[in-house]
Amino acid sequence: MDWVNAAVQGMLLGGLYALFAAGLSLIFGVMRLVNIAHGDLIVLASYLGLTVVWALDVHPLAALLIVVPIMALLGYVLQRVVLNQTLGDDLLPPLLVTFGLSVIIQNLLLQGYTADPQKLNAGSIETASVAVGSLQLGLLPLLTFVTAIVVIAGLQWMFYCTELGRGFRAVSDNQEIAQLMGLNRRHVFGLAMALALGVTAIAGIFLGIRTSFDPAAGAGRLIFGFEAVIIGGLGNLWGTLAGGVILGIAQTLGAKIDPGYQLLAGHIAFLIVLAVRPQGLFPRVSG
Amino acid sequence: MPEPILSIRGMDAHYGDFQALYGVDMTLAEGEVIAIIGANGAGKTTLMRSISGLTQNSSDQIYFRGQPIGALRADQVSGLGIALVPEGRQLFPSLSVEENLQIGGRLMRKGPWSLDKIYKLFPVLEERRRVPSTSLSGGQQQMVAIGRALMANPDLILFDEISLGLAPVIIKSIYAALPGIVGTGMSAMIVEQDVSKALSVSNRLYCLQEGRIALTGYAGKVPREAIIAAYFGVK
Repeated sequence: MDWVNAAVQGMLLGGLYALFAAGLSLIFGVMRLVNIAHGDLIVLASYLGLTVVWALDVHPLAALLIVVPIMALLGYVLQRVVLNQTLGDDLLPPLLVTFGLSVIIQNLLLQGYTADPQKLNAGSIETASVAVGSLQLGLLPLLTFVTAIVVIAGLQWMFYCTELGRGFRAVSDNQEIAQLMGLNRRHVFGLAMALALGVTAIAGIFLGIRTSFDPAAGAGRLIFGFEAVIIGGLGNLWGTLAGGVILGIAQTLGAKIDPGYQLLAGHIAFLIVLAVRPQGLFPRVSG
Repeated sequence: MPEPILSIRGMDAHYGDFQALYGVDMTLAEGEVIAIIGANGAGKTTLMRSISGLTQNSSDQIYFRGQPIGALRADQVSGLGIALVPEGRQLFPSLSVEENLQIGGRLMRKGPWSLDKIYKLFPVLEERRRVPSTSLSGGQQQMVAIGRALMANPDLILFDEISLGLAPVIIKSIYAALPGIVGTGMSAMIVEQDVSKALSVSNRLYCLQEGRIALTGYAGKVPREAIIAAYFGVK
């Protein structure tokens, strides 16, 4: 039963990883941009949440109402002012610029908040649990998992059922011809980054409630996000959720064998998928 | 004389060091259809790209309804009422047939064309509206590309290599649909390798040769020999 419990806990942890990965997947899908600063932006959202909680004395989940729009606005401005200038046929400039951005964010956080680990205090929800059969499921992991499903369903709906989503797909398919439809690709990319950082804000708040964070915590979140995207298959949002779940289960089962194996087991699962099915388990099927 | 809808004045176009167009002068009246003919590499596609904003030029080289548009981006040009049916169709592969048409009409310009009208013009598209655009035949894809441009309700529509790579029976049906399209009052420029087909639906022609206008005149009045000479650069 312990093993089943570990697998279920891993599945719920996968929800958090899916939230890490969803923004990454979205911007890669729309503009082929690999954002090395993604993990640091997640941590930045955690710190923004911390600031809002300190300043307004509100619950961390209520802070989402402020942090999500701020991160979305930051995403739009960042894309229009900085990242759009790096996009082109060469993949290297955006990689270098987002790497530099990662260093800048880490150092600004270090300057502003010191290197001390911080945590968002969500009160009783952190320890509350619900009984499902013989299993006790933490309310917070359950809430994180349900949020991940809602976020991914929302993104999926937006991509396939709205005019904005149609615009994202058109620009992703062919930027030049999309311009002929009256789509300004720079604006569309800005909106995609705004959406991605809005999702990142949600991930950052749940990260901050679940575990302590410090200015250097971004790199680990970036790797988990990448692994979830690659396991699930590029360009498939539900695949990203599945990738997160597989990564989470691998980690908790690894930890069950030996606590020191937690991260290693996740990385091994990722490497196995990469070796056996480099396109991911559920790659996007295109016409 | 009324202001022409499109006026091109001394337009040059470059790709890096390579000059593709040299001092092109051209006018297009309201409701007029002109054919742009010429051999491969004559500069026809560059002309289409320049007018539609995909290639930017000096602002004072292209005027649309009296407004300089040479330096505008394609998304700004399309908002003014110019639509391009690009060479090779270039549909959006991740969008269904209907979505390809809908995105053409996203600027919601007023005019005679709607999804229903496009389906009336090309009934096969309605039957296949839910399928990915890439699963269509070449001819059906060209119908979607034309429909996508019409959905913008443009005042000027540009057709680049409208029949390239299509089966003769498909070309025939597309040319049969053209009078119904331009008959709604919009102006059109048709780039075409098949000279007689292009002239059959046009008022006037321009023949490009190595980036320069080698011949212009009214369709049906320009002698066949003059067209052949201008097309192939025979003195």
